[in-house]
Amino acid sequence: MNIKRRDFLKITAFGGAVFSTGLFQRAVFAESKQDEFYFVQLSDTHWGFNNKKFNADPQGTLPKAIESINALDPQPDFVVFTGDLTHTTDDDEVRRKRLAEFQEISKQLKAKTIHYMPGEHDASIDGGKAYKEFFGDLHYTFDHKGIHFIALDNVSDPRARIGEEQLKWLEEDLKQHDKNAPIVVLTHRPLFDLAKEWGWATTDGDKAMELLMPYKNVTVFYGHIHQEHHHTTAHIQHHSAKSLIFPLPAPKSVPKKHKIAWDTDHPYRGLGVRNIEVGMPSAKFDIYNIDVLKSANTKV
Amino acid sequence: MKLLKFLLVLVFAILIFSGALMIPSQYNNGDDRKAGSAMGAEVVNDENMVKITASMWKYDPPHIEIKKGKLVILELTSLDRLHGFYIPEFDIRADVMPNKTIRVELMPEKIGNYPFLCDIFCGDGHGEMNGVIHVVD
Ligand SMILES: [Cu+2]
Ligand SMILES: [Fe+2]
Repeated sequence: MNIKRRDFLKITAFGGAVFSTGLFQRAVFAESKQDEFYFVQLSDTHWGFNNKKFNADPQGTLPKAIESINALDPQPDFVVFTGDLTHTTDDDEVRRKRLAEFQEISKQLKAKTIHYMPGEHDASIDGGKAYKEFFGDLHYTFDHKGIHFIALDNVSDPRARIGEEQLKWLEEDLKQHDKNAPIVVLTHRPLFDLAKEWGWATTDGDKAMELLMPYKNVTVFYGHIHQEHHHTTAHIQHHSAKSLIFPLPAPKSVPKKHKIAWDTDHPYRGLGVRNIEVGMPSAKFDIYNIDVLKSANTKV
Repeated sequence: MKLLKFLLVLVFAILIFSGALMIPSQYNNGDDRKAGSAMGAEVVNDENMVKITASMWKYDPPHIEIKKGKLVILELTSLDRLHGFYIPEFDIRADVMPNKTIRVELMPEKIGNYPFLCDIFCGDGHGEMNGVIHVVD
């Protein structure tokens, strides 16, 4: 994979327009080793949310984003959903129905490997019981082309804790890795205190950060806040992804957190997915937004 | 923290049976709470008591105005399920349960607006279940 690959990245936009170049905001890809790859992160799809004031196309946004991802050539090595796959409900039956529908739709992805993660909307009410029936473990690890990925669960506890047991598990897992090993942590909530008064934090996130700190090459990708956000604690970078249902205001930018209403003049504004290119062997991450707005506006 | 100007005197739970019988020895043993000082020393009256109800997905009242330098007792109960009451700025939190009243005592020392929120996931509107304590002169 080299810089030319971008020319072959084609997005079939909402409405059928095709972009072959100029899609991404950044186009620097310094290294070109064989092991370079990219993956796609989707987050906060909230399947089952149905308030047209905030999303006039609640059943169409996810399938359209999947279409866009399926048009990428080459296909990503894998796709990861960082939680809030479904919108919460107190009804266990409805929850399972939403999880089942979400699973069906996500299978439309051409990418062969999909990693799922829960959000508090999926897992907080029943401790992840229904989620596990469909998607398996709430936390897990996997390795891909020399990078160790750790999916942490800071949502199945309604008090937003990772919990002692999982922290122990994390500690044990980290011990097996060199301090310079490239590590990616995937979470739903931020591990740092982004905005405690908005619930944008993990109650015991500091404990996870403490365990991660000795590792020189750690990057965190998360969701939950329904917008792009980039933050650095010491040498560890944290990148949040947009949602596919409704955007939220920038942290602490308004007195009271609220959903941002659907903008009929700019449909899908503030929503989207992203493509994360991984440069090896140094595990350098370049993030490219796959901007739904751009596509929607160029609709013929 | 530099803005930690509230003094949490005491947080305790009182079980109320049939709305009347109070058993003040029942402590709420939710986590993260700071232990209080001596019980029973404070004077509770209508003037320094603010009653707050938590329900899906709001606090009533959501805005609470209190005076700087005056002890205030927040009395919280839930009308439906378990909620949290968390004031990040002062690192104070409590569990708010149905059929149970808990008290949070505050000594506000600095004017300003201090947000509070539910910190136990409680469903659809959880993310917007919050309010503000306004400390005025
Ligand atoms: Cu609540
Ligand atoms: Fe979400």
